[in-house]
Amino acid sequence: MLKILKYTFADLIRSRWSYVYLAFYLILGFVLLFLNNDLSKAVITLMNIIVVLTPMIGTIFGIMYFYSAREFTELLLAQPLKRSTIFIGQYLGIAMSLSFSLLVGLGIPFLVYGVALSSQIWDFGLLLVVGAFLTFIFVALSVNIALRNENKVKGFGYAILLWLFMAVIYDGLFLISLMMFDDYPLDKFSLVVSVLNPVDLSRILILLKLDISALLGYTGALFQNFFGNGWGMLISLSMLALWSFLPVRLLIRTARRKDF
Amino acid sequence: MRLRYLAIVHFLILPFFVWASPVTTIPVCTSCEVQTISRALVLAAPHDTIVVREGTHESIALEIKKPITLMGESGAVLDGQNESYILMVLSDSVHISGLTLINAGRSYTKDYAAIYLSRTRHFSIVNNTIKDPFFGILIEKSHNGIVKDNVVISNRVREDDSGNGVHAWHCSNLTIQNNELSGLRDGIYLEFVKESSIEDNNSHNNIRYGLHFMFSNHDKYLRNTFRENGAGVAVMFSKFIEMRENHFVQNWGTASYGLLLKEIYDAEVEGNVFSENTIGIFIEGSTRINYTGNDFGRNGWAIKVSGGCYLNIFSGNNFMSNSFDVSYNTKMNDNRFESNYWSSYSGYDIDKDGVGDVPYRPVKLFSYIVNKTPESIILLRSLFVDMINFSEKVSPVFTPDDLIDNTPAMKRLRYD
Repeated sequence: MLKILKYTFADLIRSRWSYVYLAFYLILGFVLLFLNNDLSKAVITLMNIIVVLTPMIGTIFGIMYFYSAREFTELLLAQPLKRSTIFIGQYLGIAMSLSFSLLVGLGIPFLVYGVALSSQIWDFGLLLVVGAFLTFIFVALSVNIALRNENKVKGFGYAILLWLFMAVIYDGLFLISLMMFDDYPLDKFSLVVSVLNPVDLSRILILLKLDISALLGYTGALFQNFFGNGWGMLISLSMLALWSFLPVRLLIRTARRKDF
Repeated sequence: MRLRYLAIVHFLILPFFVWASPVTTIPVCTSCEVQTISRALVLAAPHDTIVVREGTHESIALEIKKPITLMGESGAVLDGQNESYILMVLSDSVHISGLTLINAGRSYTKDYAAIYLSRTRHFSIVNNTIKDPFFGILIEKSHNGIVKDNVVISNRVREDDSGNGVHAWHCSNLTIQNNELSGLRDGIYLEFVKESSIEDNNSHNNIRYGLHFMFSNHDKYLRNTFRENGAGVAVMFSKFIEMRENHFVQNWGTASYGLLLKEIYDAEVEGNVFSENTIGIFIEGSTRINYTGNDFGRNGWAIKVSGGCYLNIFSGNNFMSNSFDVSYNTKMNDNRFESNYWSSYSGYDIDKDGVGDVPYRPVKLFSYIVNKTPESIILLRSLFVDMINFSEKVSPVFTPDDLIDNTPAMKRLRYD
């Protein structure tokens, strides 16, 4: 498995798209800091980008690479290797190379501007951790889609739809349900619903670190109590971990049964 | 008119008076001729000076009934033994300075204060330190006084067993300047106080309000700092007040404001800084107020307007990185927004005159939704919310459509 991971990782690290992705984050980081010159503001802007962009890149990159590496996969399948080894190796290769681009691409500009010495280091760290989690989750989901759909166009369609659902439609449905059931106590409901979607969960985790004054309004206090204390943080992070674990389980199951 | 006449007479006569009876100084200490302050008060002639030397002096409800000056040298401590008031000023022209007052009484039925003043004129309370009092300085029905450079520090945790730092009731022409007030119920509390000025005070970490006033007209609040108070600053039922260059910082909480204005008429709110408050200014039933040149930065809600606010003008303010710039709970609007800088303004300026060519709508659809369904705040900054905000901006349906800044500034306005 490690060997496959290494091959995939090396293959992706050498590919043009990884460099483009890395360069994108590098430029983004430097431009943000250059324009704002204020670490905390740059972290806020970055949050918006990370929460939307990393799932999208993860999804598209994952499905693209998986389709293009199909011949290599078939070659590997002919070898005396366990299927779970092959697919987990490939999955980790993609996810790790993307996370690597994210960490390095954002890490360098922020380190240059002295994030390590500022009080923003924890917020920034959380941002990177959340970004990495989202990458792992969405790469796993997209690999699942790729495995289940031989048709590339269909696969791409589903993948984009998945991202759109998680990033936009889910919130829309959430908001509509909140407004419709206005007369009922909704605080517990909204906590549960927001924990179920990794994109929302990451957004709130970072938001509570940054926009605390807004959220501390009379309803915000409840959310702050939940997400702000150690337990809430633990629950949220383990929820993200669960979200990255479950698609991998599914991936293994699908790979085992699939007829190539 | 009568006051001015009195003042002239005062200045004419005073030099003769002083010349006629030279001021004597009475030192008080354990090894001095006079050993207690109460003895010194009996011996002192009007306008004498009592100097309290270093050491702890017992002082339980000490009544000052003559116009005298009570000065503390460094290390002079008055100990109230947790009984009652420490000093009770009941005469005109009393000046108290340089003392440290400790162990004032605490009661649920009486307003025990470290320094209590009643029905006096021309007093000054300067440079004293009051530690852990019930009320710090309590002023009743007094006029023309100065409360300056004092430090009142307590560490109370409950509203009902704590008092206010400087509490004035039915007073006029007070100057409350450069005091530090913390850990109390209200830092400064004014009720029925007229024509007074509150300047350069630092009121922080109080349980309830940093500053609280009611029925106090024609007052000025200048250059004060209100930081991390339980519910910020609340001002109610007052007319003709001026609030300039104050700082309202980090007043966070479930029901906390930088500044709460309720039933305030004809006021000026100018050049203040509101930063990182849950609500910058909460306005209710306030009319004819000019908000000019204020900075709102990183607040939850910069301005939250509730019912009954008419003819308010918001001009030349900076709104920077607030979660919500302006929030309304109705579709009706009778207030004007003009020439403000909005950091979330995305219009352009073709003729380069520094004024945006596209009007700005400060009320977002999402702030309207949050007003109706508070739980939806959990969707703040989500992509979906940005989308619906954008569509509402293009064609307003739910938000007041006449609530527009027609001349938004392109660059942050500087006032130095």
